[in-house]
Amino acid sequence: MNRIDKALSELKDKGEKALITFVTAGDPDLDNTEKLILKMFESGSDIIEIGVPFSDPVAEGKVIQEASLRSLSQGTDLTGIFAMVESVRKKTDKPLILMMYINTIFRFGTERFFTLCREKGIDGVIVPDLPYEERDEVQPYAKDNGIRAISLVAPTSHQRISDIAAEAEGFLYCVSSTGVTGTRSKFTTNFDEFFGEIKKSCKVPAMVGFGISGPEQAKKMSSYCDGIIVGSAVVKIVAEHGKNSADKVGEFVKSLKEAIL
Amino acid sequence: MSDTSKGRFGIFGGQYVPETVMNAVNELDAAYEKYKDDPEFIKDLKALYRDYAGRPSMLYYAEKMTKDLGGAKVYIKREDLNHTGAHKINNVLGQILLAKRMGKTRIIAETGAGQHGVATATACALFGLECQVYMGAEDAVRQSLNVYRMELLGASVTAVEEGTNTLKDAINAAMRDWAENVTTTFYCIGSVMGPHPYPAMVRDFQKIISEEIREQLMEKEGKLPDCVCACVGGGSNAMGAFYDFIKDESVRLVGAEAAGHGVDTDKHAATFAKGTTGIFHGMKSLFLQNEFGQIDPVYSISAGLDYPGIGPEHAMLGKSGRAEYIPITDEESVQAFEYLSKTEGIIPAIESAHAVAAALKIVPKMGKDQIMVINLSGRGDKDVYSIARYRGKDVVNS
Repeated sequence: MNRIDKALSELKDKGEKALITFVTAGDPDLDNTEKLILKMFESGSDIIEIGVPFSDPVAEGKVIQEASLRSLSQGTDLTGIFAMVESVRKKTDKPLILMMYINTIFRFGTERFFTLCREKGIDGVIVPDLPYEERDEVQPYAKDNGIRAISLVAPTSHQRISDIAAEAEGFLYCVSSTGVTGTRSKFTTNFDEFFGEIKKSCKVPAMVGFGISGPEQAKKMSSYCDGIIVGSAVVKIVAEHGKNSADKVGEFVKSLKEAIL
Repeated sequence: MSDTSKGRFGIFGGQYVPETVMNAVNELDAAYEKYKDDPEFIKDLKALYRDYAGRPSMLYYAEKMTKDLGGAKVYIKREDLNHTGAHKINNVLGQILLAKRMGKTRIIAETGAGQHGVATATACALFGLECQVYMGAEDAVRQSLNVYRMELLGASVTAVEEGTNTLKDAINAAMRDWAENVTTTFYCIGSVMGPHPYPAMVRDFQKIISEEIREQLMEKEGKLPDCVCACVGGGSNAMGAFYDFIKDESVRLVGAEAAGHGVDTDKHAATFAKGTTGIFHGMKSLFLQNEFGQIDPVYSISAGLDYPGIGPEHAMLGKSGRAEYIPITDEESVQAFEYLSKTEGIIPAIESAHAVAAALKIVPKMGKDQIMVINLSGRGDKDVYSIARYRGKDVVNS
């Protein structure tokens, strides 16, 4: 059974919300990314998204853009990231997802990429610049290898939600607001309406991400759906503390987990 | 592979954008489908082309150049004489007219050399729309005159400081703005690139160039050109100059891409010479990128050609062999810039000078009974200072 499906079904049985956290691979370096991943799992993350750095991340705000640049300047590439994943996989059985732009998959070779995902222990991929219309670019390859290709819906999706949600696998990534990733002080989306529409057709857990900055927002947002995704707020701590960020990130993740229990 | 989705040119094209803007892209597609054959829309656009942009642009017989080169007869399509000084206005008037019909109140645009930004700011002034232009910080310096022109026209200009500080980064910034303000904002893309429907729509707004060339040359010479030559960055003026001739196999189509310091250095923007298939900025096309799909920093003396990709229809035309794309270095383009100025009294944009340079190579090898048409996409006033600097001349810039 796919590790995402397994973890989410266990949480559902326990009646708990999921905490998904994000880290940019190779920021400040891949050894530290491994440490951060293990620390976040230890501190309460249920699933971890590993961001594969891209030169031009058009869906990201400043925090993740800068992390991507720091990582690329270290020479991080997909080969190195897969080696890191292989090492992490020996130490944990929790779900790992790669968050990456379509060009980094396409150029690497889509078939080769998904084969390696399976071999190294990746459970899902999120591709922010691959909409529903272009899903065949990865879906057949992901499916052949038992990898979940996670779909996204946004507040601007409107009538598209039913089609996207009905076909979603693993979980549905619900983008909280228009714009790019990054913490927000407030949200303007009508979440009752947004999640009401989503729940009509979604057969997998719905997770909300984009803009969640801390425990208070985490608690509030998790009430609308099955779990939360926190990215930029974690990356911000890594940006500030570099190689010494594991404990700080651990504390932050713990505070998020406690808030949504 | 999803190579059968909307807006395909062979395997190229498609709609690779974040979900947040997908509805906006579809809404634009529907609006364009609705209005492109609408008699009222066409009438309004034609009136703007004629009365505001100054179309048709002239097709000028370059007699001195023809004699000097001793090959084909050279005609120059004077897109530089359009209002705002480049072909960009053709596309912008079409898109802004569409934005108005769609009820959008805010326009955003990216710009490289500043010509598309100026054209967009101009049309927004005309139609009373809010205008935000993104320009790479380096381009904003090398084209500072155009920054001021845009501001004079009432636009806000943001100099984008990230990545290579050029056109690619301006597009990234515009895409992020679009994702944030998608419900009110219309993204007026300046070239035949981005997600469907942009490549086809921008081409349709530019194809008037080739339609006019056909008509004007028929009148003057009673036949089709043997070769049409245009510069390519994203490729909108070239697409416009080529499109009506694609079906005429006898017409050779040549795109001139920016080779910077040379295609074997790391300072060029020669997508056909060195690019590989990738997916970026909403489209599957050819890009300059490394083996892991990271987009290469590119370089050209010309801010308008300084882009690591090319429109998907060009990628198809190049791969199928219908069009050919040749690299032109900075030095070759500057020589052509000077040549056309001295020979015909026409100062071309440094972008367009790449097309002139390609023609200088091709024309002498053509027969005297043959015809070459150079699409002169823009005028060179904006480049005079930087060419002087390139030549080591100290022009007072105050």
